[in-house]
Amino acid sequence: MIEERLYREVLLERLENPVAQGVLTKPDLEARLVNPICGDEVLIQLKVKNHIIEQAVYSGDGCAISQVSASFLAESITGKKLEKIRKIKKNDILNLLGINPGPSRLKCALLSLEVLQKAVDQ
Amino acid sequence: MLENIEKIRSDFPILKRKVYNHPLVYFDNAATSQKPKQVIKAITNYYENHNANVHRGVHKLTEEATELYEGARKKIADFVNGGDKRQIIFVRNATEAINLIAYSWGRENIKKNDEILLSEMEHHSNLIPWQHLAKETGAKLKFIPIDEKGELKIKNHELKQYVSAKTKLIAVTHVSNVLGTINPVKDIIEQAKAINPKVKVLIDGAQAVPHIPVSVQNLGCDFYAFTGHKMLGPSGIGVLWVKKDLQESMIPFQRGGDMILRVTFESATWNYIPWKFEAGTPNIEGAIGLGAAVEYLSSIGMKNVREHEKELTGYALKKLEEIEYLKIYGQNNIEKRVGVIAFNIVKNGKIAIHPHDLVSILDGEGIEVRSGRLCAEPLLSIFKAEAAARVSFHIYNTKAEIDRLIPAIGKAKKIFKVA
Repeated sequence: MIEERLYREVLLERLENPVAQGVLTKPDLEARLVNPICGDEVLIQLKVKNHIIEQAVYSGDGCAISQVSASFLAESITGKKLEKIRKIKKNDILNLLGINPGPSRLKCALLSLEVLQKAVDQ
Repeated sequence: MLENIEKIRSDFPILKRKVYNHPLVYFDNAATSQKPKQVIKAITNYYENHNANVHRGVHKLTEEATELYEGARKKIADFVNGGDKRQIIFVRNATEAINLIAYSWGRENIKKNDEILLSEMEHHSNLIPWQHLAKETGAKLKFIPIDEKGELKIKNHELKQYVSAKTKLIAVTHVSNVLGTINPVKDIIEQAKAINPKVKVLIDGAQAVPHIPVSVQNLGCDFYAFTGHKMLGPSGIGVLWVKKDLQESMIPFQRGGDMILRVTFESATWNYIPWKFEAGTPNIEGAIGLGAAVEYLSSIGMKNVREHEKELTGYALKKLEEIEYLKIYGQNNIEKRVGVIAFNIVKNGKIAIHPHDLVSILDGEGIEVRSGRLCAEPLLSIFKAEAAARVSFHIYNTKAEIDRLIPAIGKAKKIFKVA
C-alpha cells in the first residue's frame, strides 16, 4: 500500500502543519540545492553558537517527501552539536520518516540531508 | 479504436507483467515506448545467426550483417519518405543527431551575429546544443513564442518578425513533448525559405515519427532528426536525415574506422555519405531492430496509429477535464495535438499535489506516468509550473486503461486531501 510505503498519515499531517519552516535573515550557515530531475528545492539555514545548533529552519518548494524530510531533519538537529551532522546517514533519515522509498524517490528523501551537510561543510 | 487491439497488445510481452500486483498500464510512451516481439526477435535473430561486423572483410557473415544493416536503412528511409537511403545517417538518438548538425554543419557555417531561430517549446535536446554553438561563435538565439493554447504564434505571418537575412538556421520541433502540439512545420519551412532562401531548417521529429505519418521530402526541410526507442525500436539508435548535397558539404562528426577511404600516416580522405558520418562499429543490432519496428508500424499503418491515438487522446482529455482542480497544459483540439498530456492538480493557483507525489501514487496502482520537468524547463516556466505529470499513449493503449487512471488520480487527491 502506497499509504504505508510512502505517504504515512504522520507525514501528510506534517506537510499541512510544517515544523521548523522559515527563513532567517542572518544565518550563520546555509545551503541550497535543487534536484534537477523534479525541481525540488531545499534551503536549510542554521544559527550556531559554540558549535551547537541553536536554530535550524528549512524553506523550499517541491514534493511532499523532500519537504517533510527537511522539516523532520531541521527539527531533529536543533540543540545538536555541529560535528554530529556529518555522521547522519541515509538510514537515519529513513527511520525519521518511517518510510522505505524506492530508488527513484530516495533522492527526494535525502535532498535535505545533502543540503544540511553542504551547509556544515562550508 | 484499432479493431485488432488485442492482437497488437499480445505482440508486446511486457504488457503481461504486473506492477505492485496490478496489471501494468504503461502511459510513459513519450519517454520511451515498449517493444513488440517482432523487434525483439529481429535483434536475437541477428545475434544468433548473422552476428559480424559490417562493411569489413568479405566473408559470408559480414555480408549478411551488412545486408541487414543497410536493409534497415532502406526500410527507415522509405518509412519517412526520405528518398535516397544515403540521406539516412544512423546516430545514437535525436540528441546526437542535433549535436552532429551543430558540429558538422553549424560550426562551419554559423558566424558572429548570425541568428539561430528556435521555438519556446523545444526539448532541451534542441536547445542546449544551440546555446553552446551560440556561445562558441557569437551567434544569437531567437525564439518563436507560444500562445496560451500552446501553439506557435505564427498564424498572422509573424514569422517575418523572426526570420531575416541574418537567420542561418531554424530548429523547431515537429511535435511538442509537453503540450502535444503538432506544429505546422511545412508552412514554417515554406514561409521561412520565402523570406530567406539560404536558411537551413532542422525539424526535431522525436515525438512525431512514432505517432503521425511523416513525409520528410514533402516537408522541404534540410535536416530531420528522430529516435528509435520512442517508435517501438531499441534504444541507442537514432536517425538524422540530411539532404545529399548538404551532407557532401559537411565535415565528419567523429573520426576513425569506417568513415575513411584512404589513410596514410599523415592524412586521410573521407568515405562516401552517409558512412562519412558513421565512424566506428555502428549499433548494428539497433538499426536492425529499428528496421523491424518500422515494418511493424507500417503493417498497422501510420494513419491507423494516428486515428487510434487521436481517439484515446480525445477520450482522456474529456475524462481528465472532468476532474476538479486538474489543469491541462495545452489545447483540447485533437486535430492539432498528439496523445501527450501534461497536467497538474492546481488549487488556488498553487500545485496542490506535487507531480512526483501524484505519480508515485499512480505507480502504486500499476500506472506508469512521467513526472518532473519533462526536459523542457523553460517551457514549463512559461506556464509557471516547476514540474508536471504527463501521460502519453501508443498503439497498445486502451480506453479501459484511461478508465483506471481517473480513479487513481482521485485516490491521490484523497490522500493529499484536495477537495
